[in-house]
Amino acid sequence: MKSAADVVIIGGGVNGTAIAYNLAVRGCRKVVVLERHTLASGSTGRCGAGVRMQWGTEMNCRLARDSILRFEGLNDELEYDGDIEFKQGGYLILAYHARQWEQFQKNVALQESLGIPSRLVSPAEARKMVPHLDLGGLIGATYCPKDGHINPFKTTQAYAEAAARRGVEIRKFTEAVAIGKDASGRVSRVVLANGDEIETRVLVNAGGPYSQLVGRMAGVELPVHSERHQILVTEPVAPKQGPMVLSFAHGLYCQQTPHGSFIMGLGDPHEPRGFDIGHSWSFLEDVADKVTTMMPALKEVRVVRQWAGLYNMTPDAQPILGEIPDVPGFYVAIGFSGHGFMLAPTTGVLLAEMILGQKPTMDISMLTIERFARGELIREPSVV
Amino acid sequence: MGPEGSKPKTVICRCEDVTVEEIRKLIEKGYQTPDEIKRLSRCGMGQCQGRTCRNLVLQEIGAATGREGKDIPMSTFRPPTKPVKLGLYARARAEHEGGDDR
Repeated sequence: MKSAADVVIIGGGVNGTAIAYNLAVRGCRKVVVLERHTLASGSTGRCGAGVRMQWGTEMNCRLARDSILRFEGLNDELEYDGDIEFKQGGYLILAYHARQWEQFQKNVALQESLGIPSRLVSPAEARKMVPHLDLGGLIGATYCPKDGHINPFKTTQAYAEAAARRGVEIRKFTEAVAIGKDASGRVSRVVLANGDEIETRVLVNAGGPYSQLVGRMAGVELPVHSERHQILVTEPVAPKQGPMVLSFAHGLYCQQTPHGSFIMGLGDPHEPRGFDIGHSWSFLEDVADKVTTMMPALKEVRVVRQWAGLYNMTPDAQPILGEIPDVPGFYVAIGFSGHGFMLAPTTGVLLAEMILGQKPTMDISMLTIERFARGELIREPSVV
Repeated sequence: MGPEGSKPKTVICRCEDVTVEEIRKLIEKGYQTPDEIKRLSRCGMGQCQGRTCRNLVLQEIGAATGREGKDIPMSTFRPPTKPVKLGLYARARAEHEGGDDR
């Protein structure tokens, strides 16, 4: 069967649905979202659910600040009948060695200059914020009260339902398998697994951890790779931790959600590239060892579930946003390097503006794919 | 009748206090797989990991869609089978490394 659309988006995660919603709001008529499984089943629903303004590059700071301000009003904007569960308990980012502390001072100065209310805090003050924090080895920390937790499933649902009410067609369990181009090399159609075709002149790759595979369908090698990150959640306990606790030295993050459970994860520098989303026993021991050293009171809290998801990494840990010059009509919102969820409200707006040829809310020309050919990479230093 | 004249509710997931009415509302909205229902309602995300509610949710989906339980994809079973204290995993690590008796 053949049909036609103005824009087809591959990927029903938070970014795909946010882009769809923002296109519909701006008057784009026929938008289709293709999701091969269920909404948020790729990286969105597997993420740590943390959002922060505290980044180390100007671009990430600008994107994250704008995004969190949008999250603050998202229940109302999307007329959501649920709650995205935004808890702004802040992020407390810990420094354990001198070079890190130096970097954090630079980060806070940068953040301040961009209107982000972060600040340096002493170990004693960190202890006041998180009473069960062990101060061993701690030099200092940074804190931003705007950062926190948001429910990724509910956020995606809110975007998808708001988009659907505005006429967007959201097709779950529908896999794109090929992308066709016309004689000029422009995107012309998408072929689905069941053989159906959708004619379109604009295609958006919001494929998250599988974005490089979507790229290959269009004949483009995208400079991204995927890597597994593991995570666990505990039983709910009485509220005892306001801020997310994050340590780049340990590669660890740990936050108590509004539900009462703790979500924590650990970056593994030896994780091979690939699409494995299996879980390992050694992760449990590693994360437990580190988190109970840092916060001994958590020894008594029980783990109920572990899982894994994929980061879609770029060489500079900043996303690639925009049209691919070799394939007109082929847009990407990929390579979020572990922070795609928290940037989604802004990504949705920016991609919609680009596709519709509107003046962009902010200048993100440095995030197009051409930066890799030009060698203009500014590496984000603050990634777990 | 429940408190203050509210309608009685049937709890389907005891760990997360989810009612069958909430599940039916999600199914009506088009969320008709155990995965979607679990992730949106927390049904089956609690201490017992869905031991009781998993089958009840399947029955609800089946009743609403006419599909048979065996044709409905289950959500992934994730470890641990029973809740385990973080301190216990930390001790296991220390024992592998020897000596440290934290």
